[in-house]
Amino acid sequence: MGSHGSHYEREAELDLILEETGFSRANLSGLHQRFQYLDKNKNGFLSQMDLHNIKELERNPLTDRIINSFFPDGGQCVDFGFVWVLAHFRPLENEDSTAGDPQKPKPLNSQNNKLHFAFQLYDLDCDGKISKKEMLQVLRLIVGVEVTDEQLEVIASRTVQEADEDGGGAVSFEEFTRSLDKMNVGHKMSIRILK
Amino acid sequence: VTGLGAVREGRLAFPAWGLLFLALWMLPRVLGMEENPEHNNHGNEGFQIVTFKWDHVQDPYIIALWILVASLAKIVFHLSHKVTSVVPESALLIVLGLILGGIVWAADHIASFTLTPTLFFFYLLPPIVLDAGYFMPNRLFFGNLGTILLYAVIGTVWNAATTGLSLYGVYLSGIMGELRIGLLDFLLFGSLIAAVDPVAVLAVFEEVHVNEVLFIIVFGESLLNDAVTVVLYNVFDSFVSLGADKVTGVDCVKGIVSFFVVSMGGTLIGVIFAFLLSLVTRFTKHVRIIEPGFVFIISYLSYLTSEMLSLSAILAITFCGMCCQKYVKANISEQSATTVRYTMKMLASGAETIIFMFLGISAVDPYIWTWNTAFILLTLVFISVYRVIGVVLQTWLLNKYRMVQLEIIDQVVMSYGGLRGAVAYALVVLLDENKVKEKNLFVSTTIIVVFFTVIFQGLTIKPLVQWLKVKKSEHREPKLNEKLHGRAFDHILSAIEDISGQIGHNYLRDKWSNFDRKVLSKLLMRRSAQKSRDRILNVFHELNLKDAISYVAEGERRGSLAFIRSPSTDNIVNVDFSTPRPSTVEASVSYLLRENVSTVCLDMQALEQRRRSIRDTEDTVTHHTLQQYLYKPRQEYKHLYSRHELTSNEDEKQDKEIFHRTMRKRLESFKSTKLGINQTKKTAKLYKRERGQKRRNSSIPNGKIPMESPTHDFAFKEKELEFSDPEETNEYEVEPMSGGIEFLASVTQDTATDSTTGETGSDVPLTGYSSPREKLPSWKPDQPYDGKPPETSPKTNSSQNNPLPVNPEELGGPGPKAPQEKRTLLNMHAHLRSAAARRVQSRRSFHRPKPLRYPKLQKLASLPQSCHILPHSLEQEETQL
Repeated sequence: MGSHGSHYEREAELDLILEETGFSRANLSGLHQRFQYLDKNKNGFLSQMDLHNIKELERNPLTDRIINSFFPDGGQCVDFGFVWVLAHFRPLENEDSTAGDPQKPKPLNSQNNKLHFAFQLYDLDCDGKISKKEMLQVLRLIVGVEVTDEQLEVIASRTVQEADEDGGGAVSFEEFTRSLDKMNVGHKMSIRILK
Repeated sequence: VTGLGAVREGRLAFPAWGLLFLALWMLPRVLGMEENPEHNNHGNEGFQIVTFKWDHVQDPYIIALWILVASLAKIVFHLSHKVTSVVPESALLIVLGLILGGIVWAADHIASFTLTPTLFFFYLLPPIVLDAGYFMPNRLFFGNLGTILLYAVIGTVWNAATTGLSLYGVYLSGIMGELRIGLLDFLLFGSLIAAVDPVAVLAVFEEVHVNEVLFIIVFGESLLNDAVTVVLYNVFDSFVSLGADKVTGVDCVKGIVSFFVVSMGGTLIGVIFAFLLSLVTRFTKHVRIIEPGFVFIISYLSYLTSEMLSLSAILAITFCGMCCQKYVKANISEQSATTVRYTMKMLASGAETIIFMFLGISAVDPYIWTWNTAFILLTLVFISVYRVIGVVLQTWLLNKYRMVQLEIIDQVVMSYGGLRGAVAYALVVLLDENKVKEKNLFVSTTIIVVFFTVIFQGLTIKPLVQWLKVKKSEHREPKLNEKLHGRAFDHILSAIEDISGQIGHNYLRDKWSNFDRKVLSKLLMRRSAQKSRDRILNVFHELNLKDAISYVAEGERRGSLAFIRSPSTDNIVNVDFSTPRPSTVEASVSYLLRENVSTVCLDMQALEQRRRSIRDTEDTVTHHTLQQYLYKPRQEYKHLYSRHELTSNEDEKQDKEIFHRTMRKRLESFKSTKLGINQTKKTAKLYKRERGQKRRNSSIPNGKIPMESPTHDFAFKEKELEFSDPEETNEYEVEPMSGGIEFLASVTQDTATDSTTGETGSDVPLTGYSSPREKLPSWKPDQPYDGKPPETSPKTNSSQNNPLPVNPEELGGPGPKAPQEKRTLLNMHAHLRSAAARRVQSRRSFHRPKPLRYPKLQKLASLPQSCHILPHSLEQEETQL
């Protein structure tokens, strides 16, 4: 749904987006407007700069990580496909309906995918594990400066140790999921307005 | 507060109390005997030694007795777990009240004990609401604020209007017979019976344990609907007194405006007082004793102030509690926090008990009973039916916007949880009989409704919740992962909201937390508190404490045999003596560290249950440390009574200082251990590695300290360097800091002493504790000691790098203590990793030359023999290595 392509193509594209992301049309058009607003150069792409220019993001400690997650494979631009990323944060539908159809791929907003999105933010080197170092980096980002490096390191290793079940010294995705078992990730990682 | 209120309600007194508490009749006489002689002079027969002045103490006396009865009743209820698990306490209390009221009535035929509105609103309600506000899970509350507000405002108005109107409609049809009431009276009644009652909801839901979202919605509604109730009640009350024909549209508009003024004003008052309270607690450092008082007084003032301004008092005190909690908890000391917590819970639960009991008692009064079957039954039907309808309609509306849908089951529970309670009763009693002609009917109906909802619904809600399989709330340990990732998720969500250009909860929360961090916390928190307020750090700290405490607990469990054999007094004495810890004990610390680490750590899981009241234990630990950690020579004035000081500030400061230092050291060493290990071992599981590391490291001081040769010592030192940063080792040796180990040691010891003197149940044999390497062949706990100062210890000590002869007393004092202490310490220090070892090492060089304490030496000589048990046992243990 960029600014190119014939009407027909765009319709097909739209349907695909709707189906895959699960957004409602209203939502999608809202997001499209947002997309166009963010796209300062009007070239149909969002660059990293475009996202960094969002003023509210300045204070967010995880900005870089999150913005990077919009640009898979180190790309510099993202088209309207950025709604796929946003789709992770759609609230879960009734839990029964997602469980009902094992054939279909899990929707983007499934609990697993939500977790995976978060997991990626930690797993910088993409080896499928959060090492202690990676944990520490995130901690450093989100914990206040008052906490000393030493404390952080201890916390990081303790966090890893807490989740690390197989003794690998790093947290795999399964362990990550299990460590958050008790937390209602489906609710926690959802944004009401993206419903 | 409750007590004061009770005093004001002196009218409660009635002549027949003596029949009720016949057995207690003697008590006042006894008291009279002890009374001041100066009061006894009023008699006309000259001086009387003893007078009986019942009138003098009557009011407070009876109040105290009532409270006592209610509290005793609670004890009795809980004797049978079966009963309380089925019947809610509130229902039991009402029944008890009915019985007591019946007895009183039978004896006296005057019901002067009633729940008066003054008593209720001024003294019984505030503690309950404050408790609710102060312990409100804020995030949950504000996350569901929209829902709560809708139910509280629209729901209550709906309930009031429909109930009132329907009753009026039925009245017009003539079923109720002839009543002297008009539409406004019905609406007035509807408005006071509409509100869900926070006291009843809390009492019942606390026992049901539904999931937190459901709970917060019902409970939040019951708190926030107060503004609506107050306004509706006042509006209709004044309308009724005005007369139906004189009510104009302007009045109605005024009513609506007054709703906003009352609710916003109440909230504002609450927030202002919360601000004040937070600010005050920032500066209470030197008046720790009255610190908790501020919390209660200022919150109570917020209640009274908004009552004075005819705003919603419940809202005021709720918001006061909610807003101040973060800052107050950060500012006040650990002990004060505990005091506040317990006092608040005590007041609230006491008030609740009294409320329900008095509700029961109040019902026993034939003069207030006016029976009108149709009216009463229909009221019951209407409030239930309209509650259900209201909930369903509003939920349907809300579910369009809510992220977490409210299921049918939730709606059932919410409808069913619409309990009416003492607020309605107090309001209905407040009615003016001259204006509201059928006041008695209203009162009786309200009582019936309250009893029905509290007893019947309270009884059945538990089975209902179980039957419907409502998601229950679960209490669980905080996990670092959850905390950390939860925080990260918050950031992610707010970033996503920013990117998608929408303003939602996360955006607002983000904004607020920024404001809070930049402005509010700076203003309202002590500087020291600001630093340590990071939640993740807190969880970490908490977990560490838990570990430490469970180590201690484990140590007690296993090593307590040694304690038990010696009389408790000895322990106390030992505590005093051993505080200036001589080197032998340190050696034993490290020794134990090394030996017991693995077993203890592996047992962690089994200790879950011991961890319950971590904070309390923490408090105890701190407290005892304050009492007994004698960094300086013992100060006698500590034992003197002082109203204003629990312990000397000096000591407190010292302890704080040392505690912080210790924690810091611990963290540092933790780190260095990690670093060291990374070079040597790669594969093993992280914490296992640490354990291993620790074991190796902790052997160092042990080998090093009191015996063997200097070369041995040197070798160990080298070994240590292998495992940790050279810099860091240097740091330890250079820094003239030694408090850490002593501090911790004394802490552990105190806890150990405490629990072992108290609970002597653990009979785990001592040997179970010692590893194969550790042999205690010659040591038996009950082996008599010859009473001489231990000669062996100076020898062993001075043979090593300590040139000064150590005071024999110092070594001998802790002698009996040492074995057990070692055990507990070991556990405690298992967490310290090699740090402890290094510290022991480092501090030796600085604190070795201890001043002799001859007074203590003398004292030691006078002690019972058992407390001198075998100081040399320690040496034996060590020299074996």
